Amino acid sequence: MLKRVLFESRWLPYALLAPQILIVFVFFYWPTGQALFWSFTLEPPFGGAATWVGLRNFGDILASGEYWQAAVNTAVFALATTVVSLVLGLLFAIFADRGLRGLAIYKTGIIWPYAVAAPAAAVVWQYIFQPSVGYFGILNLVWPGIWNPLLNGTHAMIMVIAVSCWLSVTFNFVFFLAGLQAIPNSLVEAAALDGAGPVRRWFDLVFPLISPTFFLLIVLNVAISFTEGFGVIHVMTQGGPGNATEILVYKIYRDGFVGLDFSSSSAQSVILMGLVVVLTLTQFLLIERKIHYAGDDKGTRR
Amino acid sequence: MIENTRVLNIVTHAILIAALLVMCFPLYVLAVTATLPYERLGEVPKPLVPDTHLTANIREAWVRGNFGIYFLNSLVTATLITLGKIALATITAFALVYFRFPGRTLAFWAIFITLMLPLEVRIVPTYEVVANALLPAQQILEWTGMTWLIGALSGVEVALQWNMINSYWGLTLPLIATATGTFLFRQFYLTVPDELAEAAKLDGAGPMRFFLDVLLPLSRTNIAALAVIMFVAGWNQYLWPLLVTTGPDYRTLTLGLTFLAPDADAVGDWNVTLAGALIVMLPPVLVVVLAQRWFVKGLVNAEK
Repeated sequence: MLKRVLFESRWLPYALLAPQILIVFVFFYWPTGQALFWSFTLEPPFGGAATWVGLRNFGDILASGEYWQAAVNTAVFALATTVVSLVLGLLFAIFADRGLRGLAIYKTGIIWPYAVAAPAAAVVWQYIFQPSVGYFGILNLVWPGIWNPLLNGTHAMIMVIAVSCWLSVTFNFVFFLAGLQAIPNSLVEAAALDGAGPVRRWFDLVFPLISPTFFLLIVLNVAISFTEGFGVIHVMTQGGPGNATEILVYKIYRDGFVGLDFSSSSAQSVILMGLVVVLTLTQFLLIERKIHYAGDDKGTRR
Repeated sequence: MIENTRVLNIVTHAILIAALLVMCFPLYVLAVTATLPYERLGEVPKPLVPDTHLTANIREAWVRGNFGIYFLNSLVTATLITLGKIALATITAFALVYFRFPGRTLAFWAIFITLMLPLEVRIVPTYEVVANALLPAQQILEWTGMTWLIGALSGVEVALQWNMINSYWGLTLPLIATATGTFLFRQFYLTVPDELAEAAKLDGAGPMRFFLDVLLPLSRTNIAALAVIMFVAGWNQYLWPLLVTTGPDYRTLTLGLTFLAPDADAVGDWNVTLAGALIVMLPPVLVVVLAQRWFVKGLVNAEK
């Protein structure tokens, strides 16, 4: 799409672009290039020139059991968070879309967690899940030892997944509700006149219409859980107990800033970047489809 | 609604009320716990209704957590990020939409590609740059032989240095580039009728005049929507402030809160900690709840 009416100036557009391009260059392209470079070199810990080691950093990482555990943890964390928060978000949106009385209250009550910072939510939930003085301590009074995220890795993982679901349900709810409300009422009514019940209409009409939103959200959620689990995990478990809740982003942080191993940390960053790029490209392809969809039903809207 | 049966309505309300209970349970825990005196924390079962110590706990959290400075830091950081993102997004989109010039497509993609890699996955190298923001310039000077040239000519050794650790610059500048914002405004400008620009040109208005007097006022709702999202995101930053602050002077509230929290296994004064959490949550929650309409619009548009 292009504008017919344009302004003429030799220097002004460059001046307008300069600030953002400069920032993007300094804080995005340079560091990304740097990470690529570092990932193929070994940095001596007390300064001095880096030595080129080819793929050795990657080899070391892929041979390390700890890395694979972090990768498995990330997969479990991302998958569980995505599935649970998508399903809940969709469920809430379907019923909110019926537009019954009190909708404003329901909506506000479901939306507000979006504004809560991950560490703040983590602190509150940590108190709730705390096995002795917290709300879940009651479980241990009745059945001693049944809940202890401080020692039991599975419990800890369940806990961080629950909190990060709580944080991201809102996001999915907002998108699904917007998607559902964009479906023309006339379509739903026509289907109802033809004798399709609510379940039938859902599978044959509503779901196909919101499926672009659905696929978009799957990708967005996976990408978000890669990055935003950090706050929750850093506050609640520090990756523990053992390494049970250590996800890739957390490991990069720990190796790079606590362990000061820049080479390994950079190589890990590069692998994660690759993963995220693949995810985002998938998302772009899906957006293409989405635009197509939106164009299709435009004529029937309202 | 087509089916208006009683049963379906009851089910709907039941599910939405269940949703409300799950999503608001932490709020309830906060509201009760933050009002308790320390002695009542150990009560079994947990107290069901609030006590009267809210202000005392908040004061305690504020003083012990050093929240005076942190609150200011969070406010400054979130505001700067919001203003910066909006300023950059509007002017960049203006240049991209209303001018034809060599390099236009390249600039668009250079900005758009940054969408792919969020800060969290490239923290280590970005940190290095923030420790010396002029490092890229220095490197380029060295590669092009400029440092040698200057050194040989004037005897001055060029060592550019700008450390952004522990400063508002470091907290905000790496975060204010915004591909989503730029894209959002680009899409919006494309829908602005050409007649407006034509009329402005006929009236003898230059491009900046048109931008400030016509385009910006038209963008009000988009700006508001984006501002809500950006402010909340800026306020809730955690990983980045954790990296670029090393002392209490520039710490933000989200960080300060974690210093207030007891160790996971310790029996600490959770009433004070949760009062602190209340302070951290309040500003962005107020923004989202009060500006809900814009928030929903901004969220749906920005991520599409």
